[in-house]
Amino acid sequence: MGTVSTVLSPPALRTGMALAGAGFRRWATYRQAMLAGAFTNTVFGFLRTSVMLAVAAGAGGVAAGYRGPQLATYVWVGQGLLAVVQLWGWTELSDRVRTGDVQSDLLRPVHPVLSYLAADLGRAAFALCSRFVLPMVVGLIAFDLYLPHRPATYPLFLLSMLFATVVSFGVRYLVNLTAFWLLDIRGVIMAWLLCSNALTGMYFPIAFLPGWAQAVLWYATPFPSILQAPVDVVVERGTAGHQATVLAVQGCWAAVMLAAAVVVQRRAERRLVVQGG
Amino acid sequence: MPLIETTGLRKEFTVRRKAGRFRRRRHAVAAVDGIDLAVERGEMLGYIGPNGAGKSTTLKMLTGVLSPSGGEARVCGLRPVAQRTRLARRIGVVFGQRSQLWWDLPLRESFRLLRYVYRVPSAEHAARLAECRRLLDLDEFLDTPVRQLSLGQRMRGEITAALLHGPEVLFLDEPTIGLDVVSKQAVRSFLADLGAAGDTTLVLTTHDLADIEKLCRRLVVIDHGRVVHDGSLAELHARYDSRRRVVVDLDAPWDGTPVPAGATVETVAADGFRVTFGLAGGTAGDLVAALAGTGSLRDVSVLEPDIEEVVARLYAEPA
Ligand SMILES: Nc1ncnc2c1ncn2[C@@H]1O[C@H](COP(=O)(O)OP(=O)(O)OP(=O)(O)O)[C@@H](O)[C@H]1O
Ligand SMILES: [Mg+2]
Repeated sequence: MGTVSTVLSPPALRTGMALAGAGFRRWATYRQAMLAGAFTNTVFGFLRTSVMLAVAAGAGGVAAGYRGPQLATYVWVGQGLLAVVQLWGWTELSDRVRTGDVQSDLLRPVHPVLSYLAADLGRAAFALCSRFVLPMVVGLIAFDLYLPHRPATYPLFLLSMLFATVVSFGVRYLVNLTAFWLLDIRGVIMAWLLCSNALTGMYFPIAFLPGWAQAVLWYATPFPSILQAPVDVVVERGTAGHQATVLAVQGCWAAVMLAAAVVVQRRAERRLVVQGG
Repeated sequence: MPLIETTGLRKEFTVRRKAGRFRRRRHAVAAVDGIDLAVERGEMLGYIGPNGAGKSTTLKMLTGVLSPSGGEARVCGLRPVAQRTRLARRIGVVFGQRSQLWWDLPLRESFRLLRYVYRVPSAEHAARLAECRRLLDLDEFLDTPVRQLSLGQRMRGEITAALLHGPEVLFLDEPTIGLDVVSKQAVRSFLADLGAAGDTTLVLTTHDLADIEKLCRRLVVIDHGRVVHDGSLAELHARYDSRRRVVVDLDAPWDGTPVPAGATVETVAADGFRVTFGLAGGTAGDLVAALAGTGSLRDVSVLEPDIEEVVARLYAEPA
């Protein structure tokens, strides 16, 4: 794509930053929704930790290579990440296609994938400061969580969350784009919900699955890159080399999903019928 | 070269109609059916037509959000769909039914963001914003989130948003829909000033013909996707032979005094004290002078031809 250099030019980056800032402030206006969400995620954190610790205890303290505190961290980081990568419930774009408001997006001199991505990163940044931090603090107080031993893990974890958000954004964007073909996308959303729960590592660590299934999921689908990847990075599963591999897989999926979003967007626009006068 | 040019512009929509109990047949409906249009820089064009005539569809094609099914369009020398992003920098668009503002953010924030989105130099942006704030009275609700604005307030915000990057063409699809009298006047006089400055080309669709009367010298009327009139308002009046009228009140019942050539008696009130004349030629002055001679003239008013009436006649004609 020859557009990469234009996308990374300083004026384009300023535009992106401004849009991301707007995404951040937009979500920051809904404080009560944020608190309610953080509260729910925290409650589920307690439930899931007790299940996970019971599983670990039954397996003699180690389950699929995770020790007890690592499993507790898996749960709490996962509960916080849910909101950062916005695993569930993003139908803004498909709603705008259905009502025809998507027309306003197309009338701006910024590629729609870029402006939605920027806004989503802004949203994720706000979620990181609020809906990630609150459950994490509770988890840290209430349980013995695994904290990274290698200092480099902290910045790598941030990078991994960024990749995870971009991959998740790409999948959500593609799911929403199907609205250009099917005005009712509830079926597609259901499929995405199933995958996002079962295959990202949300319900159980991917490592609980047989080896071949793990390989298929990690390399042939974007799902583990969305949740399992940042968790594995922060609990320092395996060596530093393993961390690097996880990040590389995520980076590839981020690039693939964005490229797919751009390509599908182009096809969608060609058959766009703006609804309503 | 015209700033906007279309040749044989067409758009067909496929709709499914019921045909029998379970079958549905696909139908192609031409919403825009071969439109040729040339608009020069600085023109103010009124683009009108009855509901469903294809006005919005045309504007969607000219702004690049809808691909034509046939024909060609050029705006600012660009192909709207293929070069949409480049075109977006050079045009401003207000679709009365939609918003281009950020729903959850204050108006001021939306304006600030648009500066980055369109990459407008800060001083230019500030100058244009100051102008709009003054002329459109925005200050009162500049810090209100867009979702809390009234329709009229939002519309003034939309127009400002469409102008902050200094577009060459401004497309307005029903910008005065649902506005109260005061807001309508504010928007109209603002657009009139903008047009008078001469740098901005305006394409306006509306069902409020007073907008057209105040703003547009040229009028394109479409019906069923085709142009049925392209010319000035005066030409439209001439085509339907619509006349100015002179209404006089008399002290004595009308007695059939001879009137100058060009004037004809249209109606006489039952009591004979009020007479309406149609003027096909000659001046109201001649007529009034002739009537003044009778000594019973009390009051006179001159009515301009009614735009609503003539447009209604045009719409009623089979396309
Ligand atoms: N998405 C669509 N699918 C099918 N038909 C459509 C679609 N959009 C518009 N049409 C049809 O195209 C025709 C023109 O519609 P358009 O919105 O351009 O009319 P308009 O002149 O703007 O009317 P109005 O004054 O009511 O706004 C109508 O007959 C409408 O039913
Ligand atoms: Mg319309």
